[in-house]
Amino acid sequence: MQDDDKLKDKGSGLSRRSFLKVSGISLSVPLVMGYRVVKVRGADVKVFGPGKVPIKLTINGKAQTVEVEPRVTLLDALRNDLDVTGAKRVCDRGTCGACTMIVDGKPVYSCTTLAIEGQGKSITTVEGLMQGDKLHPLQQAFIDNDAQQCGFCTPGFVVACKAFLDKNPNPTPEQIQRGLGGNLCRCGTYMGVRAAVAQAAKGGRRNG
Amino acid sequence: MAEYKWPDADKRNLIGKRISRIDGPFKVSGRAKYSFDVNRPGMLFGKIVRSPHAHCKVKSIDTSAAEAMPGVKAVHIVAQPDTPAAELKWVGASVVAVAAVDEPTAEDAMRAIKVEYEVLPHLVVDTDPKTAGANAVPANENKAGDPDKGFADAEVTVEGDYGLPVITHCCLEPHGSVMEWEDDGKNVLAHLSTQAVSGSVAQIARPLEIAATNVRVQQDHIGGGFGSKFGPDEWDITAARLSKKAGKPVKMFNERDNELMVAGARPSAYAKVKIGLKKDGTITAWESQSWGTGGQGGGGSPPLPYIFNIPNQRKQHTAIMNNIGSARAWRAPGHPQGCLITMSALEDAAAALNMDPYDFFQKNIEMTGQRAQVYSDELKMAGDLIGWKKNWHPRGDKSAGSIKRGLGLSIHTWGGQGHPSDCDLTIQPDGSIELKMGTQDLGTGTRTALNIIVADTLGLPMDAVKISIGDSRYPTSGGSGGSTTIGGISASSRRASLDALDQIFAKAAPALDAKPEDLEAVSGTIRVKSNPSKSLTWAQACSKLGATPLTVRGKNPGPGNLGSQGVGGVQMADISVDIETGVVRMNKMVSVQDCGLIIDLKTAESQVYGALIMGVCYALYEEKIMDAKTGRMLNPNMEFYKLAGIADIGELVVHMMTGKGYDERGVIGLGEPPVVSPGAAISNAVANAIGVRVPYLPLTPDRVLAALDQQKGGK
Amino acid sequence: MRAFEYASPTTKEQAVGLLGNNWTDADVLAGGTDLLALMKDDIVAPKRLVNIKDIRELRGITLGSDRSLRMGALVTIQELADDPQVQKAFPVVAKTAGEIAGPQIRNMGTVGGNLCQRPRCWYYRAGYGLLAKDKSGEPLVPSGDNRYHAILGNAGPAYFVSPSTLGTLFIALGGTVRLFGPKGKREVPVEKFFVIPQKEGDREHDLKPNEIVTEIVLPSLAGVNAATYEVRQKDAMDWPLALASVALSLNGNKVRSARVVMGYVAPVPWRSKEAEDALVGKTITEETAKAAGDAAVSGAKSLGRNAYKIQLARVAVKRAVLAAAGGAK
Repeated sequence: MQDDDKLKDKGSGLSRRSFLKVSGISLSVPLVMGYRVVKVRGADVKVFGPGKVPIKLTINGKAQTVEVEPRVTLLDALRNDLDVTGAKRVCDRGTCGACTMIVDGKPVYSCTTLAIEGQGKSITTVEGLMQGDKLHPLQQAFIDNDAQQCGFCTPGFVVACKAFLDKNPNPTPEQIQRGLGGNLCRCGTYMGVRAAVAQAAKGGRRNG
Repeated sequence: MAEYKWPDADKRNLIGKRISRIDGPFKVSGRAKYSFDVNRPGMLFGKIVRSPHAHCKVKSIDTSAAEAMPGVKAVHIVAQPDTPAAELKWVGASVVAVAAVDEPTAEDAMRAIKVEYEVLPHLVVDTDPKTAGANAVPANENKAGDPDKGFADAEVTVEGDYGLPVITHCCLEPHGSVMEWEDDGKNVLAHLSTQAVSGSVAQIARPLEIAATNVRVQQDHIGGGFGSKFGPDEWDITAARLSKKAGKPVKMFNERDNELMVAGARPSAYAKVKIGLKKDGTITAWESQSWGTGGQGGGGSPPLPYIFNIPNQRKQHTAIMNNIGSARAWRAPGHPQGCLITMSALEDAAAALNMDPYDFFQKNIEMTGQRAQVYSDELKMAGDLIGWKKNWHPRGDKSAGSIKRGLGLSIHTWGGQGHPSDCDLTIQPDGSIELKMGTQDLGTGTRTALNIIVADTLGLPMDAVKISIGDSRYPTSGGSGGSTTIGGISASSRRASLDALDQIFAKAAPALDAKPEDLEAVSGTIRVKSNPSKSLTWAQACSKLGATPLTVRGKNPGPGNLGSQGVGGVQMADISVDIETGVVRMNKMVSVQDCGLIIDLKTAESQVYGALIMGVCYALYEEKIMDAKTGRMLNPNMEFYKLAGIADIGELVVHMMTGKGYDERGVIGLGEPPVVSPGAAISNAVANAIGVRVPYLPLTPDRVLAALDQQKGGK
Repeated sequence: MRAFEYASPTTKEQAVGLLGNNWTDADVLAGGTDLLALMKDDIVAPKRLVNIKDIRELRGITLGSDRSLRMGALVTIQELADDPQVQKAFPVVAKTAGEIAGPQIRNMGTVGGNLCQRPRCWYYRAGYGLLAKDKSGEPLVPSGDNRYHAILGNAGPAYFVSPSTLGTLFIALGGTVRLFGPKGKREVPVEKFFVIPQKEGDREHDLKPNEIVTEIVLPSLAGVNAATYEVRQKDAMDWPLALASVALSLNGNKVRSARVVMGYVAPVPWRSKEAEDALVGKTITEETAKAAGDAAVSGAKSLGRNAYKIQLARVAVKRAVLAAAGGAK
C-alpha cells in the first residue's frame, strides 16, 4: 500500500494525517492489506481506503475478490471489475431498478450500495437465477409473456420479481402491481411483466 | 422464378402466429450483451467535462493537473478556445474529455481540469414566443381553400389552447460506445449503441479522417433508441480519439444527467386553434398559430390539422431557437404534437356542439381521405372494446364525489414503408442455414421476424435457422427508424428465402424425378406437390449442393408485392380524475391498429402495449423542465423526470386489424403509429371527466387544478 | 463521487469516535439511499464514511410494557411495514411505511435515515446550496421553478420542503428521537429535531456532525386514532406532493385533542395549531374535516408555481382527519 503522506484527499487537499488530528483519532498500526487499524475509544477499528482495498464478494454462490476503492458501488464493481454485466446502470441514483440484486434475501439497488458493504453477504444477480442451462420458471414466464422489448430493464425486473415472489408466493393482481413499483421500463413491458409474475406464481404454467 | 408474395393464410405455419422472441432467453438471464456491457482487455473509461452554462464561450482550459495524475492515459479537448468550437450552446455540451484506468480516476481527473468560461445570454423557455425576441422565427402564413369564407360559413366557432412540452428519449441504455483501434491503429472497431449499424460506419470514419472501409460497427443488443441513436455522437468520436492517443479501448457512455440533458429531445409544440363548424357537426375551417422549439434548430410545424383535411385553413408557425440541447427524432416525429393539438381541438368542437366525439369523428371521417373506411371500422371496434356508447357521457362527470371519470378518443396515421435492406442467406450442404444482415433489433423483434420468415418460407422449424445481425460487415440494411425496419427486412429476407428455395428445388428435382416448379418445402421436406410421398428431407435436399454452400443475396426494394405503407389507428382512453387533488389515474386504454400483414403477433402486440405506456408517460408525467435563470435542466434524473410505473397504466387492450382486407397490403411498420394518439386520447378523456380542457401536457395535478379553477372563475 | 475512507464500527461509541467535528470530515452511512446520491452529485463530499450498519444495538423493534414503540435507527422501512407488533399496535406506522417509495428503497432505507435524509430541492441537488442561491447571492427559488417547493414557512431563506414522511407521522404521534454523541445520550422530540436553517451551512436537523440517531420512541397509541394521507401523482417511486398525518384523541364522538402535521409543504414537517384548534371539541364530519384542512393552510403562501400545493395540503389534512376518525389507526 501507499504510505500515509501520499494518501491525500483529492477533493480537499487535506492530508489524512491532518484530518486525523482534527478528529482526534490516534494512528496506532501501520497500513496492512488495504486497511489500517485505529484506536477509537480504546477499541481497534479497521479503516479502509481511500485507495483500493481487496473486497471479497459472494456472487451467485461463488466467492470472488476485487480490488476497488471504497467509493465503488456494488454495481460498478460487478460490471467493471468482474464482468458480471447482467445488472444495468441506468439512473444510478436508486430510482429505476435496473441494477436490482438480491442481497441476503432482499431486493436492493446495487447502484446505491457500496461494494465494500457487500462483504460477507449473499449476492444474487440475474445471472444466478438459471440452474445450469435451464431457465428459472420466472425467466421462462418473462419469455412466454414477452415481458421484454429492448431488454435493458429486464435483468433488474426479473430479479425484483423473483424477490417479490419469494415473499408473496400467491399474489393478487393488485399486489403484483404494488409490489413491483421499484422498477421502471421505457419500452413499456409492464403488461407482460404482470402476466409473467402471475404465471410464475401459478407454478410456471404457461398462459399464452 | 419465384413469385415474390407472402403465403396465403392457410399456408402460413409461423408468419402471423404468436411466437416468443428468439433472444428472450438471453435477455431474461443477463447474457444479452449491450454495447454498455462490452468490457475489453485493458479498456479505459472515458468521461467528459461539460458546460455548466446554457450559452458560453470557453476561454481557457488547463488540463495539466489531470494529465499528471497516475492512471490518466489520455486527454482530448473538444471545445478548443479561440476556435468556433469554443462557443457552447447548452448545458452539458462537451468541453474536454479524459480517459483513465477506471471510472473513479476519470472522475478525479475531470475535477482536476480547470476551465474558464465567458458566460453569454441564453434562452431556455419556450412557452411564449413573445418573450423569445429574436430567437422566435416566424414562418410565412400557410393557406388552403378560403379560410375567410370557411369561417363566414361557420355557425359556431370554437377556440382553444393546446400544447406539449419538450420531452427526452430517456433510453435506458445511455448513448455511447466502446471504441478500439485494431491492427496497429489502422482500423476502428466501434461497439456503438445504435439504431443504424450499417449507417454508422461512414459517420464514424468521416470525422476520424479514415476510410469507411477501416471502420466496423458491432452491436448485439441496444437498450432503447426511440429515434435518438442514428449515428455516433460527438462523444463517440471523442472516445475514438482518446483510444487512439492511449492505444487502448475506451468506454464512453453518458451518465444519466447528461443523457437527459444532451442526448435527444422531442420538440415542443403549442398552438392557439380556431375551428369553424356547422351546427350539424360539419367542419368548415381551421386556423392555427403554433410555436415550439427543437433547441438550436428551432423546429418546423407539426402536421396541422392532423389527418383531417379540413377544406379551409390558415396556419402560421413560429420556431423558437433556444439553448436546451438539440432535438432528435422521437418515435413518430411531429405526429404526437400534431395529433394532440388537432384531436383536442376537434373534441372541444364536438363538446361545443353537444355532440358525442365518436359521432363527430364518424360524421367527418371522409376528411381523413383514403383510409376513411379503416378509421370508421376501427372507431367501431375500439368503441366496442371500451364500451363507448354505454360509458360515454357529455362533458363533466355529474356523479357525486371527487372522482370523475371520462372517455376520450383519438386517431392517427403513419407511413411505415420498408427501407432498403440487403441480406445474405447461406445454406450449407449439411442443411444448416444462416441469414446475415446489417440490421439491428431494437427490441421490436427484428431477429425473431427474420427467423420466422426464413423458417416459414423454407418449411422448417424456427431453430433450423441462425440469424446474424448487428455487424456492419453483414449486407447493408437501413437504420431502424420511422417504422421502416419490418417492411425492409421482411421483404429482403423473403426474397432471399424464395430464391434460395428455387435453387434447392433445382438441385433436388432430379432425385425426385420432378420439375423444380412442381416441388414445395413443407415440414422439413422437399416434396412433390402432387405426390407428397415423393420427398427428400431438408438435409438430403441440401446435400445435393455438393461441397459448395449456397449463398443468395436478398434485396429490398425488389420485385413483387411484399409491403406497402400508410396505416390508421384509433385509441380510446378511460381515466379518472380526483378533482380535489388533480391526480389523473388510468383505468383502461384501447388501441385498434392496422399494420398490414403481421409477421409475429406476439411482438407486434408488445410494440403497441409499449407505445400506449410511452403515451401514458408523456400524457401524464414527462417534461424536460428548464430553469429560465440558470439555463439548466432541473430534472436530469429519473426521480423528477417521471416515467409511469407498473401500477400507473391501468388495463391495456390491443386489437390488431388483421385478415382479409389487411393482410393483402403486405408488411407495414408498426413502431410509430400507436404512440401518436395517447396524449390526445388521454387529454380528451380528462376534459370529458372534469368538463374543461387542460391545455398543456403533461396532465399534472397543478395543471388540472388550474384548469378547474379557471372553469370555476369563468362561471 | 470523491474518494473517502471507510470504517464499519460495531459500537455507537466507536462510531461517534470516528466522526468529525465538521460535516466534511465524516458522514454516517446507513441505508445509503440518499447519501450516496448526494455524494455522486458532489453535493456532499465527506472524507470518511462511517457505516453504522454493523452496530447491533441500533437494530430492532420493541413494544414496551407501557405500549410505547422503540424503533432502532437501523430498522428498515420495510421491517417497520412488515412487523406484526407494529401492524397491531401502531397500524398507522406500518401502513405509512409500506407506502414509501418502492420495495428496494424500503429494504435499504432506515427509519433513522428517513428522518435525516436531505431535501430533494432541485436547486440544492444541482449544487446551488441548501438555500439555493446563485453566485450573486440571489435566491433562485422565489423567481424560479418552485412547483415542488414550500407553501408554509417559506418567507426565506429556506424554500425547500422536508422530505421525511416518517418525521411527519412521528411528530403527529408525539415521538422522540434519541441521539448519541461524544457527550453521551441526548433526547429530542421529533418536532424539535427538524429545524429551518437560517444561513448557508446550517442544517435542517438538530444533529451535530459527530452525533448519530440511535432510536425513535413513540408513546402508546392507546385511545388515539391516527391516519396519514398522501397526495402523489404516481403509484410508487414518487415523492408526495403533500402529506398529512393526524392523531386524534376522542371523547365520545368529540375530539379531545388533536395533532395535525403536514409533510412536503415546508422546510420542516409543519405542525398546524390552527387545524388542531379547529378540531378540538368538534365531532368529525365532512364539514369539520374540511374546516381543519382550510385552517391548516390559512397561513400558506404560493411562491408563484406552487399554489396548487395549498389545495393539496388542504385536501390531505381533510382526508387524514376523516380517515383517522374512521378508525384507521
